[in-house]
Amino acid sequence: MSIQLTVNKKKMSLDIDPNTPLLWALRDHMSLKGTKFGCGIAQCGACTVWVNGEATRSCVLPISAVANADITTIEGLSDHGDHPVQVAWDELDVPQCGYCQAGQIMTAASLLKKKPNPSKTEIVDGMSGNICRCGTYHRIQEAVKLASEIASKKKTKSTVKKSA
Amino acid sequence: MKSTRRSFIQKTALFSGAFCLGFDWFQANGKEVSMVQTTMESGRFNAFLAIDPSGKIILYSPNPEIGQGIKTAFPVVVAEELDVDWKDVEVRQANLDTQNFERQLTGGSGALKHSWERLRKAGATARKMFIQAAAQTWNVDASTCKTSKGFVLGPKGQKASYGSLVAVASKLPVPTEVTYKNRKDYQIIGKRTKGVDNKNVVTGKPVFGLDIDKPGMLIAQIIRPPFGATLKSFEAADALKMPGIVDVVSFKNKVAIVGKSTWEVMKARGTVSCKYNSGDFESDSTHKKWFDEGMVTDKATVQRKDGDFAAALARSAKVVEATYECPFISHSPMEPMNFFADVRADGTVLLAGPTQVPQSAQKAVASLLKIDEKKVEVELSKMGGGFGRRLNNDYALDAAELSSIIKKPVKVMWTREDDMGGGIYRPAARYHFKAGLDASGNMIAFYLRGVGINAGNSTRQDNFPVGAIENVLVESVNQVSAVTTGPWRAPITNFLGYAEQAFLDEVAEAGGKDPVQMRLDWLARAKSNPVGKITYEPDRFIEVIKQAAEKSNWKKKPGVHQGFSVYFSHLSYVAQVADAQIVDGKAKITHVTAVTDCGEVVNLSGAENQIKGAIIDGMGHAMFAKLRFNDGVASPTNFNGYRLIKGNEIPTINAYFVDNGIEPTGLGEPALPPTGGSIANALYAATKKRLYKQPFEV
Ligand code: FES
Ligand code: FES
Repeated sequence: MSIQLTVNKKKMSLDIDPNTPLLWALRDHMSLKGTKFGCGIAQCGACTVWVNGEATRSCVLPISAVANADITTIEGLSDHGDHPVQVAWDELDVPQCGYCQAGQIMTAASLLKKKPNPSKTEIVDGMSGNICRCGTYHRIQEAVKLASEIASKKKTKSTVKKSA
Repeated sequence: MKSTRRSFIQKTALFSGAFCLGFDWFQANGKEVSMVQTTMESGRFNAFLAIDPSGKIILYSPNPEIGQGIKTAFPVVVAEELDVDWKDVEVRQANLDTQNFERQLTGGSGALKHSWERLRKAGATARKMFIQAAAQTWNVDASTCKTSKGFVLGPKGQKASYGSLVAVASKLPVPTEVTYKNRKDYQIIGKRTKGVDNKNVVTGKPVFGLDIDKPGMLIAQIIRPPFGATLKSFEAADALKMPGIVDVVSFKNKVAIVGKSTWEVMKARGTVSCKYNSGDFESDSTHKKWFDEGMVTDKATVQRKDGDFAAALARSAKVVEATYECPFISHSPMEPMNFFADVRADGTVLLAGPTQVPQSAQKAVASLLKIDEKKVEVELSKMGGGFGRRLNNDYALDAAELSSIIKKPVKVMWTREDDMGGGIYRPAARYHFKAGLDASGNMIAFYLRGVGINAGNSTRQDNFPVGAIENVLVESVNQVSAVTTGPWRAPITNFLGYAEQAFLDEVAEAGGKDPVQMRLDWLARAKSNPVGKITYEPDRFIEVIKQAAEKSNWKKKPGVHQGFSVYFSHLSYVAQVADAQIVDGKAKITHVTAVTDCGEVVNLSGAENQIKGAIIDGMGHAMFAKLRFNDGVASPTNFNGYRLIKGNEIPTINAYFVDNGIEPTGLGEPALPPTGGSIANALYAATKKRLYKQPFEV
C-alpha cells in the first residue's frame, strides 16, 4: 500500500515499509540527503524537518504517521537558499563541520515562525534541544537573533513597497 | 620525515586559455620550497590555482573540511599573496592524488603551520608572473609595477587585470625567488572570512560522506564483538528472509548485514544473533585494578629526570600530593563513521568517504587486498566532525573488505550505537602528582606519574612547569587493553592539561601564592636559567598569561570566583580564566576569557569559532562524558546516556589573540587542554571542593 505525502511542495507516493522512519524515507527513497542522521533516537535534532509546519524529529517518525502530511526539509526551506535563517547562518559564519546545521536551521526557522522577535532566553531555550558537537552554540544563538532582524526588515521593506 | 620529492609550482593546462599553476600543498616541513616545471597530467600536484581571462580565480583545495576551517584558511593565504579580491576567488574541492605526497593529513592543528610557507609562495609566485607579464607588455621595469586586487598597476597609471594578462603570463618561466607582502598590507589575512562551504551547508547539499550515493550501491551495517571477544557463530536465517536484505556475511569477528536500504538493514540487523567465546573481558573494575597497579609498579618508564626529586622532596617544608583521573570517552562526531567501497572485478577499487588520512586508507586497503596502491582511488567528502576519530581508517577498511567479499559496491554506515560502542576512544588515564615546597612556598620538587590504558606515554614530560623546577621526575606506565584507543582532539593533553593545571592550583594554594604570579615567576626562571631542555618559549607563555589576567580582571570581580590555567600544545599558547558564580545555590561556570598565541591569525572568524568550540568541547567533556565497560562492552552508546553539552549550558566566552605575526601554529586543539583546569579551579574557588575526577558531574 503506498503512502502519499507532500515533500517540499511536491506530491510523493512511496511504496515502502510503513514503519520506515521519515528520515530514511527522505534520504534513501527521495534522495533528499540534507536531513541528517545523528542519533536515531530523537536526542540530537540533526534530523529535524517540518511536518505540517511543525519542527519534528524525523528519525523516530514512521512514514505511516505522516500520510498526507506536508513535509518541508532543508532543501525546501527557500528556493534560493535565502531564507533569513540561511542568510544569517552564512553571515555570522556559524558552521564548523556543518553536519548539525540543517537541523539547527530547521529548528531556528520554526522558532521564528512562532516568535518572530524572540528574547535571548527564548532563543537559548528554543535551540537547546539541538546538539552541535563542534560547539557553535554562541553563533547559532546570535544568528537566530540576526535572522529575526533580517526577516523584520524584509517585512518592513515589502510593506513600504506595497504602500508606496 | 624525509622528502624524496621537491615541492613545486608549475604552469598547467587545467582549463584551456587559463593561467594555471599547480603546486604542492602538503610538502614536507621546511622552508625551502623550490618549484620546478611539470605538467598537470603527471598527477604530481595536489592543488591548483587557475585564473581565466575573465579574471575568475579558482583554487582547488585538496583538503575536505572537517570543521577546523582549513578549506577556507588555506586559500585565504594564497589569495593574500596573489593580491586579489576574496570575492573573486572560488574554492573547489579537488579529488586527491595521494600517489606522490607524504603528508596528506587533513586537519590536525599542524595543517596550517605545515603549509603556511608554500601557500604564500604559490600566491606570491603567480603575482610575480603577472607583474612580469604586465611589465613586458608595457615595456617597463617590473620593479616599477605594483598590484592591487587582481590588477597590475604600472608607473604611468597603466592598469591591467590579471585576467587580461593570462596569455602572456602563461608563457613566462616560473620564478624561483619571490618576495612576500608586508603584514601591514594584508587585506584578507587576519580579517573575517566566511567558510567557503557555508552555502552548501545551509542549503543541505549532499556533501558529507553519509550522503554518498553511487549506482548499484548497497548499504551495510556491521555488528562488532565485545572488546577482546571472538565470534563463535551467528544466526541470520530470519534476516536473510527479510525484504531488501542481500546478504549477511562475517569477517574478522564481525557480522555484516547487507541490504538495499538503511531501514531494511537496521530492521534485519535486530534479528541477527551472535555468539562469542566466553571469557573474562574488561570491565571498569579491570581498569581500576590496572590503575592501582600502575600507580605502585617499579617498572614505570622514566620520561624525564632533572636534579634529584626524592632528595628534594625529603627536605621540603611541605608536600602536596594528589591523584587525578579521566575516563575513556568517545569522539562522537555528529556524523557517525561511514565509508563507501567498490572492489571491482577488474582489480580496481574506488573508496569514497570521510577520512582525514586518505593516503593511509589507500595504503591499508591496497595491502589488505594485496593490490597495487595505484589501483585504489580515493574520493573525498566533507566530514561531519572528527576530533581525531577519522585519523583511523578502520571503518574504511571494513567497507573495502566487505565489498571484496560481496563483490558489490557498498556503503558501510555506523549507527550512533556502533560509533560510541565500536571503539577507538580517548584513552583513560590516572595521574599522580607530588610537589615539594620550601619554607617560602616555592616548588622545589615536582613529580608526575601517568598511568594510561592504551595511551602510550600519557605524559608530556618536557612541558611547563618542567624547565622551571629544579628537581623533576616524570614517569609513565602504559597498560595494554583490548579496548581500542586513538588520538582525540589534543591527544593526551586534553586530560593531562586538566590534571596538571588543577594540581598546580593546589600547589599555589599550599604555597600561599597567586596562581598567575606563581607561573610568571617560574617562567622568568625558565627564561633566564632553564632546568634542562625546554620545548616552549617562555616569553610567549608570559604574554598570554599577562593578557588573560588583565582581560579577565583577574581576582578583581566581586562575587565571581575565578580559576586560572595556561597550556602549551601544538606549538600554541592558551591562557584561560574561568568565572564561576553561585546561581540558585549551585556553582556555575558563567564566563571564560581565553587568550591565544597561535601566531598569525589567518581567518579571524574561523579562529574565534575554533577557540570557542574547543572551550565548549573541553568543558562539556570535563563535566559530563564517561564510558563504562562491562565484560568488554561499552556503555552508554547514545546521547540519552552519554551527555554532550548543549546550548543552554555554555558560558559566555571572550576569545583574544596575541598579535605578533609569527608563523601560524595550531588552532583547532590548543584551547582545549587548559579548559578542564580553568573550570575545575573556578569551581574550587566557588565551592572549596577539588575536582579530582572527570566527569565532574556524573
Ligand atoms: S537523528 Fe533524529 S534526533 Fe538525532
Ligand atoms: S557544526 Fe559540527 S556538529 Fe555542529
